[in-house]
Amino acid sequence: MTVERRWRLSLRVLALGYLALLLLVPVGLIFYRTFEHGVGGVWDSITTPAAIHAFQLTLEVTAIAVPLNTVFGIVMAMALARGEWRGKGLVNALIDLPFAVSPVVIGLSLILVYGIDGWLGGALADLGIQVIFSVPGIVLATIFVSLPFVVREVTPVLREIGDEQEQAAATLGAGAWTTFRRVTFPSIRWGVAYGVVLSVARCIGEFGAVSVVSGKIAGETETLTLLVEKRFQNFDLAGAYAASALLALIALATLLAMTAIKPRREEGDA
Amino acid sequence: MISVTGVTKRFGDYVALDDVSLEVPDGSLTALLGPSGSGKSTLLRIIGGLESPDVGNVVIHGEDQTAVAPQRRGIGFVFQHYAAFKHMTVRDNVAFGLTVRKRPKTEIAARVDELLEIVGLAGYQTRYPSQLSGGQRQRMALARALAVEPKVLLLDEPFGALDAKVRADLREWLRKLHDEVHVTTLLVTHDQEEAMSIADQIAVMDHSRIEQVGSPVELYDRPATPFVMRFLGPVTQLGEALVRPHDIALSVDARPGSSEAQVARVVHLGFEVRAELVLGDGQELAVQLTRAEADELELGVGDIVHVRSTALPRALATDEEPALSA
Repeated sequence: MTVERRWRLSLRVLALGYLALLLLVPVGLIFYRTFEHGVGGVWDSITTPAAIHAFQLTLEVTAIAVPLNTVFGIVMAMALARGEWRGKGLVNALIDLPFAVSPVVIGLSLILVYGIDGWLGGALADLGIQVIFSVPGIVLATIFVSLPFVVREVTPVLREIGDEQEQAAATLGAGAWTTFRRVTFPSIRWGVAYGVVLSVARCIGEFGAVSVVSGKIAGETETLTLLVEKRFQNFDLAGAYAASALLALIALATLLAMTAIKPRREEGDA
Repeated sequence: MISVTGVTKRFGDYVALDDVSLEVPDGSLTALLGPSGSGKSTLLRIIGGLESPDVGNVVIHGEDQTAVAPQRRGIGFVFQHYAAFKHMTVRDNVAFGLTVRKRPKTEIAARVDELLEIVGLAGYQTRYPSQLSGGQRQRMALARALAVEPKVLLLDEPFGALDAKVRADLREWLRKLHDEVHVTTLLVTHDQEEAMSIADQIAVMDHSRIEQVGSPVELYDRPATPFVMRFLGPVTQLGEALVRPHDIALSVDARPGSSEAQVARVVHLGFEVRAELVLGDGQELAVQLTRAEADELELGVGDIVHVRSTALPRALATDEEPALSA
């Protein structure tokens, strides 16, 4: 065994060990603890009316936030990668704000704007729209925290492919929309797909910001993560593990869906 | 005909084109020749509508196209790095312009097959660009540009990314294709040999301006400036004049107007022999001879010979720059 080979092997062991210790063992333990005493109890605890509602609410919020952020993300990425405009650097930095700022702060800032005493909240309340301690607030918080993923995945892809194919399409008679649909989008779709997967995972798992704005009303504004926390604090450990396992399963399913569609890329992308 | 009048283009403080005018005759193959940064690609992109001029206008076939989008100029554009649609098959690449124009499917299929036949890619319909060589990709790009029956074909260093052998083959092939298709073609290149071997007309560019326009022979025999003379082939300095190395005659005895020189080096390159001489005043001189001429003189290092210029029309009064540039 050469030195280089040994070096490479130990690096690999180190990397896998790190991954196992920090990722696989804790997540695995959740599943172990969940199913330790059989499936029946687990099923009961994730089919309580509160759990079903939390599950539905989480999916609803995700179903609103992810498409919005996907469209926004693609438009923003095009603007960042293709255009030259005033304030581009500033906007580029602002995109990362949701990553930089703690979700709790995001939640509090939403209350400052949309709360009853907030900047816009009063006016909206007069119109009969309640944002904070209600579903719209949860959606807003979720959109906020998952905003950067698609932009950050798509922008480098757009930069890398360059704009020559788009120029070629223009000289061949294609308008802006046709060029986007037939030339640009097919080139960036894996970036978009990856951004969507990360957004979905983040939306489902969001806790901090949602926790601040939701009001945690069982059966109304309680998402899955909030349910886990509540059960944990009420010493319902089995229930908390069951709901956690459900969250982890959704995340795994999202990642698997991604892996399943990915090999079907044509050879042209190689 | 393409006619460009008084075009100026700035990128910030940098002047890419400075009051440039050019006419490309119908059915011709014209080359825009110049060193990198001379503005030739910018001029091509302005004609294609991919850039817009700050001043001046572009007229194609009698219609002012200066403010017209590239989509509606009726041009075909070929890029140096192919700009192939990577996720589409060769067939879909070539068909792109026709599908955008919503032509009937059967017509598109027939036209694509016909074009692939012309560019020598018949049978490659279902391949992806990544499965083609560089030369094949560029031929596909050319078929794609020709599919929409453009009024003019604009080629931006089309062979620049290819290796020397493929480049020479494609050059010949493009010339033959042009003789068949006869579409007015403007080709950007920095390779004087490429320009000389395929173009009917060459426009030499330097420092954001057009230096001279003419046929390859005109430019070679009657260069307007020392720059044009140097750019089109090797030159050497004899007395006060710039001369082609093959326009210098050597003799053993003195002739009218000849001067004495000593042979410093002799290089045999098969048919061609190159000699480096030093004149009486210390000036160096490069000379190109045929093998027969060199043998007749029995040219050897240290010999004293007499040199004179034989082709006055090609000689040009020198500027301040030193001679012997490639």
